[in-house]
Amino acid sequence: MKDWRYWLAEQRGTLLAFGIFIVMFTIYTSNHPAGFTANVVQTASNKGVLLAFVAMAQTLVVITAGIDLSVGMIFLLTNCLASWLVIGTGIETAFGVVAVLGTGLLCGAINGAIVIYGRLQPIVATIATGAVYFGIALLLRPFPGGSVNEDLADALTGRLFGVVPASLVVLLAVVLVVWVPFSRSVLGRAAYAAGSSEIAAYMSGVPIRRGKFAAYALAGLLAAIGGLFLTFFTYTGEAAYASGNAYTLFSIAAVVLGGVSLFGGKGSALGAIFGALAFRTIGDLLFVFDFDPLWQPLFQGIILLIAVSLGAFALFRVRNRLEWFL
Amino acid sequence: MSETTIGGIARRMPKFIRRADPAVLTAFACIVLLLFVGSLYSRSFLSPDYLLQQLKVASFLGVIATGMMLVILLGQIDLSVPWSVATGAMMACAAAAYGPVGVALAIPFGIFCGVAIGVVNGIGVAYLRIPSMIITLATNAVAQGLMVVYTGGFSPQDSATRAMRYLATGFAIPGVPNAVVIWALIGAAMVFVLTRTGFGRTVYGIGNRERAAYLSGIDTRRVVMIAFAVSGGLSAFGGVLLAGYASKAAQSMGDAYLLPSIAAVVLGGTSILGGRGSYLGTVAGVILITLLQSILSVMQMPEAGRQIIYGVVIVAMLLLYGRAPASR
Repeated sequence: MKDWRYWLAEQRGTLLAFGIFIVMFTIYTSNHPAGFTANVVQTASNKGVLLAFVAMAQTLVVITAGIDLSVGMIFLLTNCLASWLVIGTGIETAFGVVAVLGTGLLCGAINGAIVIYGRLQPIVATIATGAVYFGIALLLRPFPGGSVNEDLADALTGRLFGVVPASLVVLLAVVLVVWVPFSRSVLGRAAYAAGSSEIAAYMSGVPIRRGKFAAYALAGLLAAIGGLFLTFFTYTGEAAYASGNAYTLFSIAAVVLGGVSLFGGKGSALGAIFGALAFRTIGDLLFVFDFDPLWQPLFQGIILLIAVSLGAFALFRVRNRLEWFL
Repeated sequence: MSETTIGGIARRMPKFIRRADPAVLTAFACIVLLLFVGSLYSRSFLSPDYLLQQLKVASFLGVIATGMMLVILLGQIDLSVPWSVATGAMMACAAAAYGPVGVALAIPFGIFCGVAIGVVNGIGVAYLRIPSMIITLATNAVAQGLMVVYTGGFSPQDSATRAMRYLATGFAIPGVPNAVVIWALIGAAMVFVLTRTGFGRTVYGIGNRERAAYLSGIDTRRVVMIAFAVSGGLSAFGGVLLAGYASKAAQSMGDAYLLPSIAAVVLGGTSILGGRGSYLGTVAGVILITLLQSILSVMQMPEAGRQIIYGVVIVAMLLLYGRAPASR
């Protein structure tokens, strides 16, 4: 058996996203006035990892054939919470970080419980819980403000050895600690199985409920890591509705760009990460080409529209018209 | 599922109750409950003036939710509502800047822009087979981008025309606000289409099983496409009415209507998976949500509390009667 062929077929989406990102980033840096320097890479990666974390969160849920429209609001909520808690002495800060991550995990678990054990549709359930999380964020920070442990923030958003952006290292660590064990565990396999065919998975005795629940809960955790990082970058918390919405929207775009199937059961968080980095770079391209920033939302919207339309190419492989209505 | 559990009790009830959807009954019961709670809080809550005012506010959501319901009956969803509403409002106001012809065409032009967004959604969902949730999010983003460019790049006209103001706040029939009349007309048309026309039957059929509808010789793609176009148009019309009500258009005016329009439809007993639901339920859902918002604002609840209560109430009510069957 030619194993590499199967590997290639499985990783096609991820590799494609990686390719798009490399091309985009090359165009970006070659047109950037400062060029390919450690500074430019650091800024770009700091902006990119925020979306990468949220996109990773979205991936976990999308793999189970669900969707999490509250992911941006969890991101905002944890940002606001971190601007209260992640401060003070080393131990206080550590407790704050744990509390923030725990809150994210709890939010994700609530989503999972409502969707799986409450048997509600993920779309409606997460729009509603998203409203709740946004409300709590607004309670925490009616006005932008707060602060964060600046030593920790600067360490995690700075550079290691003067070259490697620390945020990328954290991203890599999260992939190794959260994504890799999950995707190889029984629960991760169950999440994939539930996404590709829930009934078949159930019949074969796969623990689909636990797998889906773990996916939702970990999604909350990953969104919280994103929220924590937002606090590290801005030093403040802010409950901005539009920003939460935008992150939800962009996370879906990143997932689609990253080759994760919205029908579930296919794709990897790595693809979504490259999708997120590529999407961010596409947005930044406008600036190096001296476009009016006003055009950025439209540009990103059109990219999103094109990205989701790419899924339609599957139609060319349809042989029987009935396959339209799967 | 619910039919079997309460079937025994229901059989002993009068016919009109037996035939009613338990979800619709629950929604109406909640409305009565809310009215009762409201009347405890403020004496003027049950006065005709106040209730009519509530109905007027509800009619904007009602118009938008009508389009949303049509799409949800198909088993799809329209997440482009926020910027369809804003586009309708802003484009109608913008048209008014182009002389008397513009003023005359303001309302149709606003609706037309909404229909255009809906057509893009419809093409994506029906012909390109993109999940509706995704394509409508994307068109929402594009509409937002277009509006940002428009308002930032050119000097926008943002005040409503006199006709728009008349539609939203005038009184053609003494005592009954025009907005309520419009909602009633649109609602009546929707009920007629859903229950008395082949199109309506097809919508329910597609919601139940699109393959089966297709195999029985229906051009299901065209029906889906039309439904999305109607949804976009009605969202934009809701925006036009809102602009008339506030006598101006604003950037994020539609944001507050996405969750309520979905919630109103789903709370009214329409299955989010499609194929099941009545317009009466949507009416109940719209009134329920408007009353809930109104009570929260009478109680001077801050925005944060409103969002929380709102989400909790929707999840709680859905857990009561909106659960998917435990299949397998």
